[in-house]
Amino acid sequence: MELEKFSYDNEIVRKFAFATTLWGLVGMLVGILLAIQLFAPAFNFNIPFLTFGRIRPLHTNAVIFAFVGNAIFMGVYYSLQRLCKARMFSDLLSNIHFWGWQLIIVSAAITLPLGITTSKEYAELEWPIDIAIALVWVAFGINMFATIIKRREKHMYVAIWFYIATWITVTVLHIVNSIEIPASFLKSYPIYAGVQDALVQWWYGHNAVAFFLTTPFLGLMYYFLPKAANRPIYSYKLSIVHFWTLVFIYIWAGPHHLLYSALPDWAQSLGTVFSIMLIAPSWGGMINGLLTLRGAWDRVRENPILKFMVVAVTAYGMATLEGPTLSLKNVNAIAHFTDWIIAHVHVGALGWNGFLTFGILYWLIPILWNTRLYSKKLANFHFWIGFLGIVFYALSMWFSGVTQSLMWKQFTTLGVLQYPNFLETVLQIVPMYIIRMIGGSLYYVGVLVMVYNLVKTVKQGSFVKEEQAEAPALAKFKDPLRKGSYHRWLEGKPLTMLLAALVLILIGTFVEFVPTFLVKSNIPTISSVKPYSPLELQGRDIYIREACNSCHSQLVRPFRSETERYGEYSKAGEYVYDHPFLWGSKRTGPDLHRVGGKYPNLWHYLHMENPSSMSPGSLMPSYPWLLTNDLDISSTESKINVMRSVGVPYPDGYEKIANDELDKQAEKIALDLQNGGVAAEPNKEIIALIAYLQRLGTDIKANSVITGQAGN
Amino acid sequence: MYKDILQSIDGIEFYAIGAMVLFILFFVGMIIWVIRVDKNYIKKMSELPLKEDKSENLNGLMNFKNIQGGANEF
Repeated sequence: MELEKFSYDNEIVRKFAFATTLWGLVGMLVGILLAIQLFAPAFNFNIPFLTFGRIRPLHTNAVIFAFVGNAIFMGVYYSLQRLCKARMFSDLLSNIHFWGWQLIIVSAAITLPLGITTSKEYAELEWPIDIAIALVWVAFGINMFATIIKRREKHMYVAIWFYIATWITVTVLHIVNSIEIPASFLKSYPIYAGVQDALVQWWYGHNAVAFFLTTPFLGLMYYFLPKAANRPIYSYKLSIVHFWTLVFIYIWAGPHHLLYSALPDWAQSLGTVFSIMLIAPSWGGMINGLLTLRGAWDRVRENPILKFMVVAVTAYGMATLEGPTLSLKNVNAIAHFTDWIIAHVHVGALGWNGFLTFGILYWLIPILWNTRLYSKKLANFHFWIGFLGIVFYALSMWFSGVTQSLMWKQFTTLGVLQYPNFLETVLQIVPMYIIRMIGGSLYYVGVLVMVYNLVKTVKQGSFVKEEQAEAPALAKFKDPLRKGSYHRWLEGKPLTMLLAALVLILIGTFVEFVPTFLVKSNIPTISSVKPYSPLELQGRDIYIREACNSCHSQLVRPFRSETERYGEYSKAGEYVYDHPFLWGSKRTGPDLHRVGGKYPNLWHYLHMENPSSMSPGSLMPSYPWLLTNDLDISSTESKINVMRSVGVPYPDGYEKIANDELDKQAEKIALDLQNGGVAAEPNKEIIALIAYLQRLGTDIKANSVITGQAGN
Repeated sequence: MYKDILQSIDGIEFYAIGAMVLFILFFVGMIIWVIRVDKNYIKKMSELPLKEDKSENLNGLMNFKNIQGGANEF
């Protein structure tokens, strides 16, 4: 058998490893700043670019797409070449992928603090960046598939299946959730509205967790855990079952983010059922990972890399048990909108993604530099301080979430809310916010120690840029085991595999989407719900720019504790002109769906200038720039046009008179404020924001007829 | 309510049942295959990542393979 000589490209792995470390440091540091701001809002230094709403998406995007994203690519480029016994198809594509991805991250780091955002969680980036993401992702896909096709190993190891499923599903998710109509170079509106937009967003949001934070990392687990333990995975059969069931079931579970919302009931139940089913494959995967170390636990004691990996796999198991638990309606009623969810995602992010990445880095860097790890002691220190950080973080947030939720729901014996002032429930959990910050900081110290350790390791070694290898060409290679079987046929063909995975994820997608999109009775229309006025539309975009939806929901759930506190519960028909929907996912402050008309204009004006002047002790940051910034009304016409194109019934020619209407409404509000004794000018941003807030949730208070009601 | 909505789409019975049948068939087929599959094949597959590349062999010590004493191997 003739052996072909070739070399593995380690350079691209090195680049992604550096990027992983760098963006990890940045993303987590922003996280700590956010944690501080939550109990000391002054730490935005009154700078718009550092205010919570704007840097919260910076933190989530940096950690998910920059830190974890680069870690995925680092692991894929290393393992794929070796599993395929082939160099990456094209060094050029590898580099386009790397530099393109870093450019996207930098553009996110610039646009998000500027308030340029779509408001959709984990998909905040505006349309030009969305297109860039698609192009870079395709470059990665071509490079990956071409490498698989020219491989010298007949069989595709299970890790590669996970990479393939990741690629195709993320492609579908990104395209469907990013269908938006540009109103200007950096502003767009989604074609979906209200309930439909919410369903698409959380189908995306849930599966971004599934297919960006989970499946690629499972691929990495199936490769790097056996490597680090130097023994094969416990059960390869189990990994096959794990893969197919996970890929099929995950896609259905998105609606569990919308329980008790205005989403149709059947879709909510579907989300819950499939979430419970997800426990089976998830735990199959965790057990497979942990049992790989059966009879070798003594090595875990000695080896910090295995320690990191064991905790990562355990965190995966814990988070995937907690997730289905949270999707039970009775648990969700307590947990949703609270810090419990923050605890849940951080068990996944810090434990599963973070610790597996650290384990891989400690294993990989010495190999790439042909040396040994500089200090095992420091790696052990990193492990323990990181572990302690996770414990502090998760415990404080669990405690905080449950405490606050129970306070929201507490009635006195007379049947009135015991804590009618929302702020009371916030101030109660401030100590937990401080402990969370300490937990995050401990974790960060561990990362700093790791960086020092890895830099020292790199300095003592010499980088192996090209790793020589040899293997027989595939065409001349006859597999003695080949007896003809369907699955073997399937896993020998990457494109067939891709199609099979695609069909599986599309089944769930269609079952959820088609009825919600096609059947009118799912969204009963309410005759008194009208499109926003031009001023309110501009105000809504300021609400989006400042990401008020990071801390305030616009969704009153049908609980007595919520209707007592906020007013009538939210109906699907109220959101039909909301492009995008702004339901939010966390109540750091109170719900705002019924805030319209609740306070005078002057209250809002003074509250935005300095929240604690109206609510003593408030933890909301001040927004003084809204009082001085001029409202940009040059965009009104194009915004009205785009809104009409996505189905908002503005009359023909309305875009031409929109700014006149806007001025009239602004004058009225400004006059009211001036009568209240403040020097408000009608052309400031605050006027538009007040107009929007005063409109919120007021439409159904007018005489209305609900049609198409299906008894939801 | 679920019924009302689905009934208003033409041919929806097939749509829902078809998806379930497809998955169950696929799942059962996969389980049967996994139970019956050749043991040597599974063994070979599970050892794929461990087929050594030269440099990883050379670096075996720091790589925690061949560790004797453990602690002093870094």
